[in-house]
Amino acid sequence: MRKAVQSHATEFALIAVIAVISLFLSFATDRFFSLGNAFDLLNTSSVNIIFAVGLLVVLIAGGIDISFAVAASVVQYVAALMLGWMGGGGWISGLLIAGALGVLLGAVNAFLIHKFRIISIVATIATFNIYFGLLMFFTRGVSIYNLPDWLTSRVILFEHEMADGSWIEITLPVLVMLICVVATWVFITRTTTGRQLYAFGDNPEGARRFGINIGAMQFIAFGWLGLMAGIGGLIQAHYAQEVVPNALYGRELDVLAAVVLGGARLGGGKGSVLGCVLGVLLISITQNGLNLAGVSPYAFKMIVGAIILVAITLSNTSIEKLLPFMRHEEGRK
Amino acid sequence: MTGRESAKSGQKPLLSLRNINMTFGGVRALKDVSFDVLPGEVHCLAGENGSGKSTLIKIITGVYRPQDGAVIEFDGQTYSHMSPVTAQNSGIQVIWQDLALFPEMTVAENIAFQTLLGRWPRFVNYNAMREKAVKALARLDVTLDVDRPLKDYAIAQRQIVAIARALVGEAKLVFMDEPTASLTQSETDHLLDIVRTLSASGVAVVFVSHRLAEVLEISSRLTVLRDGALVGAYSTEGMTQSRITELMTGKTFDQTVRARNVNANPVVLEVEALSRPGQFEDISFAVRRGETLGITGLLGAGRTELALSLFGMLKPRSGTVKLEGKPVHFSSNRDAIAAGIAYLSEDRLSLGLIQPQSIADNLVISSLDKIISGGLLSDSRKRDLVAQWIADLGVKIGLQTDAISTLSGGNQQRIAIAKWLATDPKLLILDAPTVGVDVGARAGIFDIVAKLAETGLAIILISDEVPEVYFNADRVLHMAKGRVVDQFLPAACSLAEIEAAVYA
Repeated sequence: MRKAVQSHATEFALIAVIAVISLFLSFATDRFFSLGNAFDLLNTSSVNIIFAVGLLVVLIAGGIDISFAVAASVVQYVAALMLGWMGGGGWISGLLIAGALGVLLGAVNAFLIHKFRIISIVATIATFNIYFGLLMFFTRGVSIYNLPDWLTSRVILFEHEMADGSWIEITLPVLVMLICVVATWVFITRTTTGRQLYAFGDNPEGARRFGINIGAMQFIAFGWLGLMAGIGGLIQAHYAQEVVPNALYGRELDVLAAVVLGGARLGGGKGSVLGCVLGVLLISITQNGLNLAGVSPYAFKMIVGAIILVAITLSNTSIEKLLPFMRHEEGRK
Repeated sequence: MTGRESAKSGQKPLLSLRNINMTFGGVRALKDVSFDVLPGEVHCLAGENGSGKSTLIKIITGVYRPQDGAVIEFDGQTYSHMSPVTAQNSGIQVIWQDLALFPEMTVAENIAFQTLLGRWPRFVNYNAMREKAVKALARLDVTLDVDRPLKDYAIAQRQIVAIARALVGEAKLVFMDEPTASLTQSETDHLLDIVRTLSASGVAVVFVSHRLAEVLEISSRLTVLRDGALVGAYSTEGMTQSRITELMTGKTFDQTVRARNVNANPVVLEVEALSRPGQFEDISFAVRRGETLGITGLLGAGRTELALSLFGMLKPRSGTVKLEGKPVHFSSNRDAIAAGIAYLSEDRLSLGLIQPQSIADNLVISSLDKIISGGLLSDSRKRDLVAQWIADLGVKIGLQTDAISTLSGGNQQRIAIAKWLATDPKLLILDAPTVGVDVGARAGIFDIVAKLAETGLAIILISDEVPEVYFNADRVLHMAKGRVVDQFLPAACSLAEIEAAVYA
């Protein structure tokens, strides 16, 4: 157990912070601590978690991506138009189109970074502006409301009425999110390619000397994020029941903060799927709780910022310093 | 080692290189080099920086492709050039100086890293990796927790992990590039034992090291390169350090004891009962004007911590420091610099110089107040100051605006010294000033040190290479486990006496 706490310090710190905040919120509001609210949280966080696990892969490979959220907007818009031309489509064709478009946009980033040796933050700030500029230019900012019926109708996979009359629901976004999370976990911890990504992010020169294909690593990392951005984009359109060109604008920084909060290192080689999911949940829980507590939405950002600072400080400080019994354990070795 | 050499002289080489030529942008890096390694031997590749050692290693491991006409024979196969994949598959492994390890990954993953390679994705078999790692470590007689991330281990253990990784690759020939550069004496001894174990199990080891004592201790044969050309291959039997230096540089160096008597000079620095528990205890000594005080001892003896305390970067717990008779308390190194103390750090490459910046900017960084004119930094004053120091110290440079990284180790060290001299110090602390500096250029650095002492500067020279302090200091303090255990006067004792005490 102690070994587990040491090797997963970030995850445990996040769980502790989430527990403290949940405890506080369950006293401060009467609705927070209910199953219904917990499932609401899961439903609303799904898109961000899908984005986050995608971004995690890029961070592990030593890169960063600012453009994925607007790329997801581009995917939404183009996918909606293409589905219109096709005469409707369905979930399968929708996910395939969105995923493929996302991979394509991710590959553009990888191409710029690998071929022209542009550092990833600069390359993706550029594509962020290009993608968003193109989208606003061609759409003139006009939203799409007449989406196919299958995309806008809610898909409830499980529902149950609680004794108090509230409903708990698991909707399609949650299922898609779970698949993305598990797939990413299997990919980065259980496949050779995933481990190569870690190695590449940890020590690029070392990876190169082993003959790891550096270009392939970039395309795989940004391609994976592109795939997640595409899927997340489609799910967000489903959830919002409309495609608004600037709906996801600004989401990239929220997701980035959550992923870094989850222990991923800017610079590569470090990060876990669990930490990443906890990072998103911590921020969602805080916002949800503040909302229920009737705090002004204008104060959200400020409080979320403070919580990010506290959680990051906690997870950076070695756990031994916080828990005296751990120090004892170290000393005995 | 003596018997082994004669037994092997009739053996067919494991690796044999002929006609190796290599040119980089019009500069010939290797000229017609030949190189043989016998099966299971420990062979040293010696040469100054830029002599072509790393280029040769990179050709053998397939990183570079030599010019046409090259013949590479390894283990019965003939190649015109290698590729990294053929080299690895046929049993050639390199342990790079920077180790090329992955600190965030586990020890097992680092050791069995090759099982993670391959063009197509597969599922990772962690149990098989763990088994391979444990087996490789067992061959080296080492136990590590293979499930811990590598970053939990110190550099000496990481070195062992890198060697274990080479074993997993079924190595027949292992290159080690400066493997002992950052190890303490006991860690080095352990590493040399491991090299012997490897060699005894039939793996040939090519050892590259600047530490000639080590080279003589471990290897049975020696190949020397100079300016990209082969000087020759020799048996280490009967070879001496000074003979190797001669072969490497093509020059002879007479080392004479430079010690002078400076007891009549006034005291500059006086340290009394200085302690910082856990690092050094009860240190007392004095340094006079024009004196060079040597401090030697093994890595971890507390030398650098003592120097950092004198320089205001660490706080001593108790004791007093007097500068020209007045007690001083530094709360930061800015205070120490203002009081006239300069400290040339041990780790010049990462701490002492700012590599991408220009020579001029590096030189003036600690004395910006001297080049201010009318409240702003003056370029012409900077140029004059830099030109003066470059002339004084005989640094060979292209332009003042060239990046410092374009200079050789020896010239970089001169700039680092000039940087501190420009602050007009009373006391100059040199911490391992020849690390990464070629044998040939070391003499030049010590000529400068001697000249500075002549002008009345007090100098503390810290080095773990006993000959350096013996030949260049007026007085030598021996530190061990945080205490000054002995004092030697080079003028009145032999090098062997001090070495015996330090390495005992």
